[in-house]
Amino acid sequence: MGLGELSTMLVWGATTAYAIALVAFAIDLARLADHRTAQRRPVAAGTGARGAEATGDVVVRRSGRAVGIAMATTTLGLAFHLVGTVLRGAAAGRVPWANMYEFTLMGTLVAVGTFVALTRWRDVRFLGTIVIGLVVVALGLGLAAFYVPADAVEPALQSYWLVIHVSIATIATGLLTVSFASSALQLLADSRMRQLAGSIPRPRWRLTGRRWRALDALPSTRELEALSFRITAVGFVLWTFTVMAGAIWAEHAWGRFWGWDPKETWSLVVWLVYAAYLHARTTVGWSGRRAAWFVLVGYATVLFNFTGVNLLFQGLHSYSGL
Amino acid sequence: MAASSPPSPPPLGGVGLLRWVWRQLTSMRVALMLLMLLAVVAVPGSLLPQRPQDPSAVATYIADNPGLGAWLDRLGFFDVYASVWFSAVYLLLFVSLVGCIVPRTGQHLRAMLAPPPRAPRRFDRFAVRDALTTLADGDAVIGAARAALVGPLRALPRFRVQVADEPGGTRTVSAERGYLRESGNLVFHLALVGLLVAIATGQLLHYRGQAIVVEGRGFANSVTDYDTFVAGTAFSPRSLVPFTLRLDRFTSEFTDDARPRDFRAEVSVREPGGSDAREAVIRVNHPLAVGGAKVYLQGNGYAPEVSVHDAAGRLAFAGAVPFLPEDDRYTSRGVIKVPDVSTGDQIGIVGYLLPTAVLTPAGATSVHPQPDDPLLVLTVWQGDLGLDTGVPQNVYELDTDAMEQVLEADGTPTTFFVEPGQTVDLPGGLGTFTWDALPRFVALDLRHDPALGWILGFSIAALAGLIVSLFTPRRRIWLRLTTADGRTVVAAAALARGDDAGLSAELGRVMDAVRARTDDDGGTDDGPR
Repeated sequence: MGLGELSTMLVWGATTAYAIALVAFAIDLARLADHRTAQRRPVAAGTGARGAEATGDVVVRRSGRAVGIAMATTTLGLAFHLVGTVLRGAAAGRVPWANMYEFTLMGTLVAVGTFVALTRWRDVRFLGTIVIGLVVVALGLGLAAFYVPADAVEPALQSYWLVIHVSIATIATGLLTVSFASSALQLLADSRMRQLAGSIPRPRWRLTGRRWRALDALPSTRELEALSFRITAVGFVLWTFTVMAGAIWAEHAWGRFWGWDPKETWSLVVWLVYAAYLHARTTVGWSGRRAAWFVLVGYATVLFNFTGVNLLFQGLHSYSGL
Repeated sequence: MAASSPPSPPPLGGVGLLRWVWRQLTSMRVALMLLMLLAVVAVPGSLLPQRPQDPSAVATYIADNPGLGAWLDRLGFFDVYASVWFSAVYLLLFVSLVGCIVPRTGQHLRAMLAPPPRAPRRFDRFAVRDALTTLADGDAVIGAARAALVGPLRALPRFRVQVADEPGGTRTVSAERGYLRESGNLVFHLALVGLLVAIATGQLLHYRGQAIVVEGRGFANSVTDYDTFVAGTAFSPRSLVPFTLRLDRFTSEFTDDARPRDFRAEVSVREPGGSDAREAVIRVNHPLAVGGAKVYLQGNGYAPEVSVHDAAGRLAFAGAVPFLPEDDRYTSRGVIKVPDVSTGDQIGIVGYLLPTAVLTPAGATSVHPQPDDPLLVLTVWQGDLGLDTGVPQNVYELDTDAMEQVLEADGTPTTFFVEPGQTVDLPGGLGTFTWDALPRFVALDLRHDPALGWILGFSIAALAGLIVSLFTPRRRIWLRLTTADGRTVVAAAALARGDDAGLSAELGRVMDAVRARTDDDGGTDDGPR
């Protein structure tokens, strides 16, 4: 068995581990909600409003069998994932980020790595369901649809800028995945809170049911917003760097620093949306919920830039190998 | 951009209206909308073919969608990034940016000269606070606190510190840090303006030319020697450095399944004033810098060297003819025009070069880009090439208006095959055709943009400003000293803008420094936390 095949097996193993972790995270969140509701029932009497009881740290420390299994399988998956990615690079004799399968591998590795690193700093395990869910889908798609055998790269990619530009872009994508998870939860929790409080009489999607109880277990929306902002700020700086490094590389390889290639255009769109987010946060009447929507739109453009632009458009960035 | 003020109804009068428009334009809300609008108007350029990138795709699109295509063309959708509406959005955005940043720069400069805000009367409304009691006197406490707040560099203080006396004998220390946050913000936005100006300047002064060079041949850096040449409006042809470049050898490397692995163009360059030619290699990603410009390897192919003798046996044509590759197997199409025949009609030869040819019942195809088994598959036209009309012609196309193809008895074009070194008779008794050699050609792209350094500089400034503005914490710290019975009671509070995880650590650092320094003067006595 060659290194390339071993790498693919490890990635399959990682995906399986993440899938188990996803189930465990979901169970944990449901249990936690039960626990919280039971605790609060005599006091909060059905309003379910929260936020006031949050006490500085993001969420109440907790331990349970489900979350233990979830973190253990996530860590195991991360180890497989890391070794699989390194072996992929070794098999191809270059850095492991030169086609869509490998971008998926790297981007998800950074997302899980960021998530696990954040859990060491603060208890953000509630993000697990969304982050690991996205990662399982992305890896499954990568293995099923984007997979190409490990091989050397064409002359246009033979540059140290491949190491700099593409790695920073994938790291930024991984970070923006985590901030998307935080903002999405912020919006859901905020909507549930408002609906329970009765401030939205006829909502389009009802979030008051028992199924959405898990949202009550989250930290306050203010803290979710702050977390999302911090990660997005780092992601935005890295994306700015990605676009600039890309321009320098384009100047070396294609003789112009900007040529409105579809990938360049969409990278600018991503940058503009996140720039708008940073402005919205400090605009009167646009912070909070409205600003969080920008993160969702921004992440949608990130995903389209990665999948749609590579697969649908003919451009100079057609390196998917498909 | 400035914090937005609530919109006010437009006052009467032209000046009032202008002022109102200006205030709206420079408000954060409008800036926000312009940012999103710019993102939206950039998208059509990636969905529709664009004329600067791919004019033939635009022509095909308009032909396929007659009604819609014409309207889209009229509205500038096939050159989005030069269209009026796209330009309007980004220019408005930059006007808004300038209108916002210039007043803010003034405010920021004034704020940097102003003292930090006075200590609030009560500290108990702040979440982050601390207190201690020490036997040291007030001056010692203030000295220690000031040293910890200012940090090791006096010229670049961490905090700006102001000491004040209050009625009732208490003294306060006010300190503020994080001015760099706004400085970084302003640098970022001003650098964006600089970037725009630099790019525009580069557009005015740049030039780029493309030339196809066959192995063993060369070209000189002058406007007339390029196949295509475009330049900015402020470009002067005299600014071209007259160097010459010769292609000595071109090599390529492919995998077995025709994926490119390496291209190398070995060239000799002779610069004016230089006595000897210097040798250099141009590769993809490794342009050659010469005469203030950069030479890029943009394409390559084969230029079979052929000779044609006419029906009378006279040499009518000899030379290398570039055949343009049409697929990743380098199936290349070319046209050989032979106007100078001594008798009879002019000859046009059209056909394909197959680098590694495989003959199948369905026809000949190339299976690999390397010239392992090259074959020319050609057909012949006779008549008037149309070269004498004075209208410039595309060398890669044959104008067949006044020509007739040589046909078989069944009406299909007569095809003839040539291998390297072979001489074959042209169909129709038009003469003979010899394939002498198979040199390669390269497509070189030469570009010069004098603003590149500025563009890079402004980009780096923007990135640095962005990092500083996003990650510099803005913090205020206040101390209040009350002296009684030879002891000094120090109360402290800290405030940050937005969420700031490091705020209490910062206050703790200052208070620890006060404790450590005043220990020598008589010891501290920790008060309630």
